[in-house]
Order: sequence, then C-alpha cells, then structure tokens
Amino acid sequence: MATDYRHIVRQGLWENNVVLGQMLALCPLLAVTGTATNGLGMGLATTAVLIITGSLVSSLRRFIPVEVRIPIYILLIAGVVTLVDMVMNATLHALYQALGLFIPLIVTNCAILGRAEAFAAREPVHRAALDGLMMGLGFTLVLVTLGAVREILGTGALFADASLLLGEGLSFLELTVIPDYRGFLLLMLPAGGFLTLGFLLAAKRLLEHHWQRRGTAVGSSSSQLVLPAQKGCTLCSSSCNGAMT
Amino acid sequence: MNFEELRSRVSYQTGALALMALVVSAALTLADRGTRDAIASRKVADLKASLTQVIPARLYDADLLDDVVRLPMGPGAAPLNIYRARRHGEISAVAFTVVGQGYAGPIEALMGIDRQGRILGVRVTSHQETPGLGDKIEHRKSHWIFAFEGRSLNDPAPPAWRVKKDGGAFDQLTGATITPRAVVQGVKQGLEVFAAHQRQLLEHGPRREVPREEVIDGD
Repeated sequence: MATDYRHIVRQGLWENNVVLGQMLALCPLLAVTGTATNGLGMGLATTAVLIITGSLVSSLRRFIPVEVRIPIYILLIAGVVTLVDMVMNATLHALYQALGLFIPLIVTNCAILGRAEAFAAREPVHRAALDGLMMGLGFTLVLVTLGAVREILGTGALFADASLLLGEGLSFLELTVIPDYRGFLLLMLPAGGFLTLGFLLAAKRLLEHHWQRRGTAVGSSSSQLVLPAQKGCTLCSSSCNGAMT
Repeated sequence: MNFEELRSRVSYQTGALALMALVVSAALTLADRGTRDAIASRKVADLKASLTQVIPARLYDADLLDDVVRLPMGPGAAPLNIYRARRHGEISAVAFTVVGQGYAGPIEALMGIDRQGRILGVRVTSHQETPGLGDKIEHRKSHWIFAFEGRSLNDPAPPAWRVKKDGGAFDQLTGATITPRAVVQGVKQGLEVFAAHQRQLLEHGPRREVPREEVIDGD
C-alpha cells in the first residue's frame, strides 16, 4: 500500500498539481500572490479546508445520491468554510487577523469542489484526507513560488512581513534580496501574476520533457514519472467517468 | 428493499439534500450562537486597540468606548461615530474614521485629533491596495503614515495638503501615487469635518449616546 500513498503524494505535489496540472484555482492564485507571505497564508488555509471537506465527503459518500451530489458538496464546503471562519475569529484571533482575509476566498476555490468530486467521493477517508493534504501542499508550493518570484522581481524583498502572519518566529524568513531596488510595478499587478504563471507552466513542461528524454535514453522505470499530467477540468472528466459507470 | 434501490429514488435524493441543508444550517446556527459573544468582544478589543494607537494614553483616563456621539453626515450617508477621550472629565481628544478612494477601493483610516485641531495619529484600518506597493500606508510596513502627526489644517497650509507630485507637502510612495493621494485627501477631509463641528464635538454633552452594540456595528 506504500506505493499507493506515494502515488497520492506525487499526484498532489507534482503530476496532478491543482495549478500546474489541473489549471484550477487560478482566481485566488492570482489575487493573493503579490507576496510570498500572502501565498503561504492562503495555501495553509486552503490545505486545512481541503483536508476537512475531503474527509467529510468521503465519510458521507455512501449516502450522497449521485444526482444531487454537487449541491451537497457545495453545501458542505460553504458550511465548513463559514464554520472555520467563525471559530477562528472567536478563538484564534491573532491568526484570524492575518488569515481572515483569505478564508472567504476559499469558498470560490473550484479545486476544493474538484477534489471532492474526483477523489473524495470514491475513496476511503484516510486516502481522501491524505489527498487533501497533498493537493493543499502542492497548491501552497505553487502559491509561495509564484509569490516569491513576483515579490523578488517586483519589490526586491522576500517574505516581507512574514512575522505579521504567524508570529515573530517567522521573522528569520524576511529577506532583502536586492538592496536599493527601485521596484518593478508590472509584476505586482495582476498582469504580472499571469506572466509569472505562464513561465512556471512552461518550466514544468520543460522539466518533464527533459526527464522524459533522459528516461527513454536510460530506459529506466523513471519514465513513468513523466506521464503527462491529466489536462483539463477534473470535474468534467470525472463526471464523464460517472456517466459511463 | 435494499439501499441501492432506495438511493435511486427521487424522494431519497430530495430528502438527502434537505437533510444535509438542515444539518449544515443547524451547525452554523449553533456555531454562531457559540461564537457571537466572543467575536463581539474581540471586535471591541480591536476597536479599542486601534483607538489607543491614535490617542496617546496621557490624554484619557476613561474607557474610550464610553463616550461616543453620532455626527449626521447629511442625507443618504451613514452618521459618523465620534469617539471622545476624557481626562478628569474634560474632553481632551476625539477620534473617528475617515475614508479615501484608493487605487483598488476605499481606504479606511482612524484618526485622532486633540482639542486644538492637531493630529495625534492616523492608522489605516482597512484597504485593498497592491501588496508591496500601496500597502506601505500601513504603519507596520512603513513610517509613511506617521508624517501626519502634529499636523493641522493650517500646517501645512490647505493648498499643500497634497502629495509632493501634486505640489504638496507629503511624500508619495515608490510605485504608488494614487494610494497616498487618497489618504492625504481623507485626512484633510477629516480635519475639515472636525473644524466644522468643533464646538459640538468638544462640548460636554451626556456620555454614551450610542449603545455599545451599535458602536461596534457602525465600525
């Protein structure tokens, strides 16, 4: 079963990555990745919600009728996000002040509905939770990378104000990468987000291409690493599968 | 009848959806009841924390939320909550929210003004400006906002209440001009509101004209 878990991990972090593989969640992605710190905050909040909704949908999967599954998933996701929002506001207020901005945005994240539909609805709870964790971490990874690139090129700093997000303990992350930098406005604006995302996607393709060529040359089993990521909307492809069964 | 057969019935599907809606609504209602008081007290604490940043401690010895008056802002506009600081029973300073139109939406700031009309402090409380550029109006991210302290409507003279790019006295931010322009405008308007209602705001009316729930909601 260990290889099975490894498959989920690899799917979430790389091959079927929410952004790089499935091209989902672009709206919150572009909205918050002006800085790496914001990316980290959004990523962590989304990961928590992905794990909770994945486990919930998975544990209820036998009782949810196929015909009305989408409204039920939306109900569950919106309910969970609102609950998290209220409970965090009441009990973890300092963290809420830092992440509170991102929580309502999570409801609009189609990746969460996508994972409920494509994975959690047909897998046992522990695998659905692991998938939520890995998809969330993969999303966080892209958010932080995108935020870091835009922040360094846009302002010359990295992880600015990280200590405001999760306490003074993170202040070691705050770096000035390029001193006396004049700033590059384009990258801080939404257009810069699209441009950077484009370069990131191209980089992923190049890497996979490179590995594939090396894999076929050596003829090793690593070629299975480079199966092209599943493209297009998971929601559609899985509902097609659903129609066939 | 087995479960598979039941699950394909329309009545089961309708019932499942209705039950789920009921469960989620019940959970949200319970959570709301459980967290409402805690959230309200957090809001009071937040408001107090912001107020103590724009009114120095030497100017008050009473609860800053104990004396609030509402200033009507004309037809169609919400009245403005004015928080009055008292020391030995005398009104020593007032604080209220001002709004400027920023690059990406309204910028709200809390400003404190002493009896003579000098600015004690300004703090931006909410905005949607570009991270890394416009957000330098936040006091935690740069010192820009402190430039208002000690200023008044005639210092600098009214025409100089602009950013330097527009011929005024205040610095703009690198890569962002609209944002500081909006804040300068908002602060100037705040001073004008104070000047227009100075007598009314500083006179010793009855304390606590506004119930605390409305103080928080109006924020």
